[in-house]
Amino acid sequence: MNLRIRTHPYRRDEVSTALIALLPAIIVFGVFNIIPLGYTAYLSLLKWDGFSIERQFVGFQNFLELLSSTYLWNSLKATIYYTLGVIGLSLPFGLLVAILLNSGLKGQVAFRTLYFLPVVTSTVAASMVWKLMLDPGSGYINVILREIGFSPPAWLRDTHWAMPAVILLGVWKRIGFNMVIYLAGLQSIPREYYEAARVDGATSLAQIRYITIPLLAPTTALLIVMAMIDSFLLFDQVFVLTGGGPAGATDVIGFLLYRYAFRYFDLGKASAIAWIMFIFIASVTLIQWRLSRFGTKEIA
Amino acid sequence: MRVPSNLKLIQKILSKIFAYLILTAGALVMVAPFLWMITTSLKPERFVFSPPYLFPVYFEWENYFTAFKAAPFQRYYLNTVVMAIGITIGQVFFSSLAAYAFARLRFPGRELVFLIFLGTMLVPLHVTLIPSYLIIQKLNWINSYQALIVPRLVSAFGIFLMRQYYLSIPKDLDEAALIDGASRLTIWWKIILPLSGPALATLGIFAFLFAWNDFLWPLVVLNSPEMYTVQLGLAMFQGKYGTRWHLLMAGTVTATIPVIIAFLMGQNRFIEGITTTGLKG
Repeated sequence: MNLRIRTHPYRRDEVSTALIALLPAIIVFGVFNIIPLGYTAYLSLLKWDGFSIERQFVGFQNFLELLSSTYLWNSLKATIYYTLGVIGLSLPFGLLVAILLNSGLKGQVAFRTLYFLPVVTSTVAASMVWKLMLDPGSGYINVILREIGFSPPAWLRDTHWAMPAVILLGVWKRIGFNMVIYLAGLQSIPREYYEAARVDGATSLAQIRYITIPLLAPTTALLIVMAMIDSFLLFDQVFVLTGGGPAGATDVIGFLLYRYAFRYFDLGKASAIAWIMFIFIASVTLIQWRLSRFGTKEIA
Repeated sequence: MRVPSNLKLIQKILSKIFAYLILTAGALVMVAPFLWMITTSLKPERFVFSPPYLFPVYFEWENYFTAFKAAPFQRYYLNTVVMAIGITIGQVFFSSLAAYAFARLRFPGRELVFLIFLGTMLVPLHVTLIPSYLIIQKLNWINSYQALIVPRLVSAFGIFLMRQYYLSIPKDLDEAALIDGASRLTIWWKIILPLSGPALATLGIFAFLFAWNDFLWPLVVLNSPEMYTVQLGLAMFQGKYGTRWHLLMAGTVTATIPVIIAFLMGQNRFIEGITTTGLKG
């Protein structure tokens, strides 16, 4: 048996079955993933509207024009603003909820469900409700704010407050996700650490500060990276809430790409943006794989 | 000695109460938009702009009929169900088929092909959006179910998930069946697949939720209202009925209910899937 395997390293029925089993995946990935990636690179070197016969080869002009236009830099600024806002708010809140839930309270599952509901709700539906709640006149948020004596902004119609409002929705949709990942991280911290700290007289806050947070650092890093990826791809929320406005205040890069492609029909520039996004996303995703259990150890 | 231990007890109870207070306040913030959605969807039109209240007082079920008359939500539903079921079945079937090859069969280039498949996860939809759209156009698939389903029939995440699971199934089972004369595909279909219920269910829930909530791809490949999905229909409905919030919210509630039901049914699997892979699907 062993000898046969050595002289014929692959068995015919295994190879032919593998081919059949992989064919659908090869076709789908090939046609809608691998070929498009190369095609996007090619398109990024053209001036083309997508339907006329004439395609003009312009080299790296699309990239150069983008780099010298205010659109791209404004988009990058908006994207970074959003990313920092979502990370800065959804991580601490997610951690807080996870710590409280992990302290052995009753109703853990019920709370977890409630906090997680926004994660699975569609962004379009969620954006609609938030748009209603953020309505300057009759929205619930402003009614409450006026009630307690503030003079609230017009949120989505205000260049300074539109992005914080979009961030607010992003945070609401992300706390539950962070909480779940943090909960898994918390459960892997040995109880003895806390017991030892308690014997030494450490308060609960000190335990969180010197045991929980440092030991959760890998989890935090993973969550930051995942939030970066999702923020860089932000689209639905902006499409429904602001359409990129007012005055480009929420014109994030995912939305800019869509505008160039399907509103200005400038496929060359849109593809150039796509490649900028690809380089960023691919490198950040590789970092994510290093950090998660989806590491090289398990792949090989 | 009794006083400090009493103090400690009181402190413990107080901190528990405090924890509950924070958690409940937070939960209220998380749930308020849902309540708000339902309450507004049941408001009579004349109260839409009057001072808001969080719990439903009026129950104007009429709003739902009016919304369904104003836009063909039944049709959006049908389209979305066809799409979501097509994608779910496709991903469960084709991903586990491909995973079987990677977990059980020896063939040249196995590691390389697997790495390339995983590599597709590095390429988000935005990046391939334009060429994929042009390909769909070339195939004459604009405004079709094929356009919605075919590009998403397989997922690298699904292949990875299923492969991990298959690796945990003992190989003796395959070998016994081989001796009995079963073909490789029969082994997958008759032995491996029936044993992978939990992994298939996890993948199915991920695929369904993703498909139901998807927006960008339908937005790009559909332009005829009869083909709109629920999410797309809802976004377009908003453009048309901008401030008729009671109707908009009736539409939003109907768009949200199926995912919430799917999530509540498969909650543990879904959350387990997220935490064990460290991926979002």
